[in-house]
Amino acid sequence: MNKLSITNLRVSIADQEIIRGLSLAVPKGEIHAIMGPNGSGKSTLAKVLTGHPDYKITAGEVLMDGENILALAPDERARKGLFLAFQYPSEIPGVTIANFLRAAVQARLPEGEELEATDYYAKLYEKMDLLEMDRSFTSRSVNEGFSGGEKKRNEILQLAMLQPKYAVLDETDSGLDIDALKVVAHGVNSLRGPNLGVILITHYQRLLDYIIPDHVHVMVQGRIVRSGGKELALELEEKGYESYETVKDEIGEPAMA
Amino acid sequence: MTNQTAVLDEVMELESPLAHSEPAILSGPPGARGAELPAWFRDQQRTAWATFESLPFPNRKDQPWRFSSVDALDLSRYVPGPRLNETERTKILDHSIALDAVAGRLIFADEQLLRRDPLPEPLLKRGVLLMPLERALLEHEDLFRRHFMAQPATLGSAKFAALHQAWVTSGTFVYVPRGVEVELPIEIFHWLHGENAAVFPHILLIADELSKVTVIEHFRSAHRERAGFACGVNDLVVGQGAKVNYICAQNWNDKVLSIQMNATTVSREASGLSLNVHLGGAYSRFESLSRLTGEGARSDLLAVAVTDGTQEFDARTLQDHISPHTTSDLLYKNALTDRARNTFGGLIRVEPHAHFTDAYQTVRNLLLSDDAEANSMPGLEILADNVKCSHGATSGQINEEEMFYLLARGIPLPVAKQLLVSGFLNEVVDRLDHPAITDLVHGLIEDKFQHRPRE
Repeated sequence: MNKLSITNLRVSIADQEIIRGLSLAVPKGEIHAIMGPNGSGKSTLAKVLTGHPDYKITAGEVLMDGENILALAPDERARKGLFLAFQYPSEIPGVTIANFLRAAVQARLPEGEELEATDYYAKLYEKMDLLEMDRSFTSRSVNEGFSGGEKKRNEILQLAMLQPKYAVLDETDSGLDIDALKVVAHGVNSLRGPNLGVILITHYQRLLDYIIPDHVHVMVQGRIVRSGGKELALELEEKGYESYETVKDEIGEPAMA
Repeated sequence: MTNQTAVLDEVMELESPLAHSEPAILSGPPGARGAELPAWFRDQQRTAWATFESLPFPNRKDQPWRFSSVDALDLSRYVPGPRLNETERTKILDHSIALDAVAGRLIFADEQLLRRDPLPEPLLKRGVLLMPLERALLEHEDLFRRHFMAQPATLGSAKFAALHQAWVTSGTFVYVPRGVEVELPIEIFHWLHGENAAVFPHILLIADELSKVTVIEHFRSAHRERAGFACGVNDLVVGQGAKVNYICAQNWNDKVLSIQMNATTVSREASGLSLNVHLGGAYSRFESLSRLTGEGARSDLLAVAVTDGTQEFDARTLQDHISPHTTSDLLYKNALTDRARNTFGGLIRVEPHAHFTDAYQTVRNLLLSDDAEANSMPGLEILADNVKCSHGATSGQINEEEMFYLLARGIPLPVAKQLLVSGFLNEVVDRLDHPAITDLVHGLIEDKFQHRPRE
């Protein structure tokens, strides 16, 4: 029950199948890394889990602590405890981080209960300190004019504030220099614990030096083709994804043109 | 603290003074009411009435009224509002504080001055004037006559400007002498109260050299269901090196017909900023003329409109660059829902010799429903060299990826929509460098959303 469980998931966009029978179970308390070459469907998986309207689910199910979430709207999934750290977070002009996060936190309170502003800001500032973010961030528009590192830090800030049960981090390391990478990794590690399950999607092994996964999965052509321990990441770093070409042949025609 | 228009509905059902004998405004200019006014002013009123009668009614075929619902302009039902009784006055006064800290405050309802919170002693001593029009035209006749309705209404509403001048008796006169800075804003309320009441709100603001002042005018209805007509003028005269901020918070109920005419004259090295917030009205028209008459003058013309139901907002503007080295920047943003309509017709005119002009005009419409309609007619007329001008009008919908980002954070759809719309409008509102008023405007916009039925 206490897991995010994906069974035989099939997803297409514009009649092109991208996820082709993927199964994966992430128990609470564990970090699972999904690695794979570009175009393997990693980011599609992240968006589908969150409920992005562009994708069509043709088969399979996704259970969060036993509940089928595919029938839920994106905001309902989020309030039930699913979080996506976007690879490319949207810029929201005119909406400050403070107001944006307040709306998100408020949405998680019971009907009729008002957010206590002082508690909210105390928590916000604590999390911002953790991520070495300047206080002035709160009055800036969400992601507008942010550097790559600032955007990713902002994603982790939201993760820290919203305290989900399961988080999908999509290429959270992309666009980060080494210093920013350490800060982000520190933020994620501090949230690590028995109440959070994480799917860490990454192309490079680099991030896994700082966030040590419990399991590593290799995703090729819309499926998990191999699973192993953290040492699998090192092997991939060394040998690349070429050895999985044969697997690709077994699966059949490439999923992405 | 913010919009309490709706609140009065519950408390005002005491006694409805339905029977009153005032003739309709179209039956002629006020007789007895104007008895105490000086002869020159009454002459002007009579001339204005003749002008009103002689000018043709707006027609959609006229460019200044293109796309406008001119049928909404039938004035036959409107009458001067009856005298308010004590209970009514008290109730309205209870709702006539929007800003906590002000330099002074005037409160009008149906053309009657209900209260005046005078300026503090130090400002009075330095010669700052804040008074009703009818006192100003007696006590400061020269100054008043020099500037009162000095700019002809050229953007379509000459007929309504004449009607205004024929009827206007109450309104505000503000004068800030040379070098005086009025730090706190001046707050003015105009309420519509009686059934089918007509009001003619007026403000004449004169900021002398190197002075500074901020004025906010609130336009509100005491009753949610009562129709009314507002025909207002706000004229701003910004002297050399002076800085004037003017905020119009138009929040009539959605039965009101409203026409507002503005003329702003900005002198050398001076700066005039106006922010118009249009939330109410069945049909609301706003004409704004900004004249840059001295080198280094700057005019910021800002507006946000949030319209829903069958509301219509109709804006016509002219940025008139008369001197070289002048700057004007217009930014209008409109959010439209349901079957709302918005029209924008604007011209940047750079007069001969007004070289080195910078002039910008940007209109953005956010269409939140398929049936909403926005028409924009930006224009440029450049008669000088070496100018930097740009104009553009766009209409679009909510960005799907932005919406998904908010939903993915667990923010429910209606709240997400409201956040995105506020964000869209904030670019305009945040241009005002006055946190208390910015907060107030944000609150008014938020209230407008709260009163919408949830989808």
